[in-house]
Amino acid sequence: MTLDVFLQHLANGISLGSLYALIAIGYTMVYGILRLINFAHGDIFMMATYFAFFGGVTFGMPWYISFPLVIVFTAILGVLVEVSAYRPLRDAPKISILISAIGASFLLENLAIVLFGGIPKPFPAPDLFTNVIQIGTVAIQRVTFYIPVVTIGCLLILLYLINKTKTGMAMRAVSKDHETARLMGVNVNRTISLTFGIGSALAAVGGIMWGMKYPQIAPLMGIIPGLKCFIAAVIGGIGDIKGAVIGGFVLGIGEIMLIAFLPDLTGYRDAFAFILLIVILLYKPTGIMGEITAEKV
Amino acid sequence: MKQRNAILTIIAVLLIIVFVMYAQKNLDMYIVRILNVCAIYAILGLSLNLINGFTGLFSLGHAGFMAVGAYATALLTMSQTTKAQIFYMAPLIKPLDTLLMPFPIALLIGGILAAFVAYLIGAPTLRLKGDYLAIASLGFGEIIRVIFTNTQSITNGALGLKGIPAVTNLWWSFGMTAFTLIILVSLINSSYGRALKAIREDEIAAESMGVNLFKHKMISFMTGAFFAGIGGGLLGNLLGTIDPKMFNFIFTFNILLIVVLGGMGSLTGSIIAAFIVTIGNEVLRFLDESMDLGFVVFNGKVGLRAVVFSALLMVVVIFYRHGLMGTNEFSWNAVLNKKFWLKPFTRKKPLAKGGSR
Repeated sequence: MTLDVFLQHLANGISLGSLYALIAIGYTMVYGILRLINFAHGDIFMMATYFAFFGGVTFGMPWYISFPLVIVFTAILGVLVEVSAYRPLRDAPKISILISAIGASFLLENLAIVLFGGIPKPFPAPDLFTNVIQIGTVAIQRVTFYIPVVTIGCLLILLYLINKTKTGMAMRAVSKDHETARLMGVNVNRTISLTFGIGSALAAVGGIMWGMKYPQIAPLMGIIPGLKCFIAAVIGGIGDIKGAVIGGFVLGIGEIMLIAFLPDLTGYRDAFAFILLIVILLYKPTGIMGEITAEKV
Repeated sequence: MKQRNAILTIIAVLLIIVFVMYAQKNLDMYIVRILNVCAIYAILGLSLNLINGFTGLFSLGHAGFMAVGAYATALLTMSQTTKAQIFYMAPLIKPLDTLLMPFPIALLIGGILAAFVAYLIGAPTLRLKGDYLAIASLGFGEIIRVIFTNTQSITNGALGLKGIPAVTNLWWSFGMTAFTLIILVSLINSSYGRALKAIREDEIAAESMGVNLFKHKMISFMTGAFFAGIGGGLLGNLLGTIDPKMFNFIFTFNILLIVVLGGMGSLTGSIIAAFIVTIGNEVLRFLDESMDLGFVVFNGKVGLRAVVFSALLMVVVIFYRHGLMGTNEFSWNAVLNKKFWLKPFTRKKPLAKGGSR
């Protein structure tokens, strides 16, 4: 393998890893605050790509108007899912909430099939992002470079929000203990909804960029990335935002390199993440950044 | 009272046997097939209920275990010529291409293989607390599908298996449901079963009472997988064709719906729900097709049925958390009690955390 081919793979790996990281942040935030696998997150990501499709194709909006709208609508959708599927079950046993999460996920997928049709649609990617640039012998789409930059930007904003603002403090308090946070005057339900909103907004950013990199959207496209991003969050240490980003990069780069170096295993691409998950769970059950917590009785 | 109940049970069993005898001979193919599917779904629901409802483990890999059972049973019962015909992309590997076994033994091997795979999955994940099992078992279900799609010389890849002998009839499906029910009831009423329920209620308390968490979780997980494998084997030999795509997550989801609707921790609930869900699925088929109601033309859309089903699951979980039966079992005393029929909504509810009394 020559150096330029390797660099091309590396660039693809980093951009795929960035996309995983963006979606994994949503999983890890929700898990941190509710101890719940938000199965619907991958489908919220899918809905974001459809919103972008309608904004760009049906209404013919330019990207700088359509993309912010997509982010807002996806955040609203995330909050809606939280309010309708998770809030009524706040005190229910965990297994009920998980089932409700799966139900919400299937509802979104099937609604997408009924409303948008099962046939894949092209994503309206602006030329500005899809232009190919030539560096020596390496030809790479512009968006491949933009994705990591946007991811790092989003991460910095998010870390500022969580560590430096009052809202972030409320989020951290709720993730430690709902009851105590409530006693301290934190509006727990509003904080949880906000977490879902932020997570979904990041999923929307991820969805838009995913659409530009892999420009075909379908109702079931969210399942596999959703599962993989949850795995990325677990690998990094679930509940930890930096961990989710690290996990995303590990998974994305690992996956691309697996295909690059062992092309025979291309068919097993989707299994790689799960095997990595089981290996990580065996040797470091709390993930790379996770801390071990003892359960109090 | 006890004598009366025993007589009633015997009468019910006899009635079911007579019904099966009648149905197998006289009802049309379509209905017999639906009844078969009902019974197979009952087996799958029962086995998932043991894992999810009785032990409190959240396993989402059931379709994977079924796939293992279905492929093993199918490969062991297909004739040599059929195998040679369908494996045209790559020939079947050596011992399998001529191996032929009677259906019951093939079914058993399918179940044992599924249980063995469950051991491999469970060994790393059952030691962990929390939701890791959910995601690892879900991942496993996907991996099985990926592996089966890629191992052309064993599973025929994405083409799937065709021409599987249609051995499954009502005797097999209803008989295996009864067998599953008997085994699971004996397991749950044994000291093992009490340990499983203790784990469901509180792992830490169970552990401090001397319950070996890993061992008991493994027993539950492997037993569940064994019956999932048997259910898969029956299904494969009923449908005649199987392919990896069939055993996707949506399949697990349907079974989960059965478990939740019937009540997590109620075996009879799972059986009732299996019949309701399967028959409901057939009845709701009109949603996917166009229909002329005389005064208005209803334009069905493909996928609408799935929307209704997912919405149904959420409604059940949110508003009717305990399902049809909660953690109660069917009993003659309750059915013959007049109050039971008069006031269906004042029945004693199970404990809020899903525990049993």
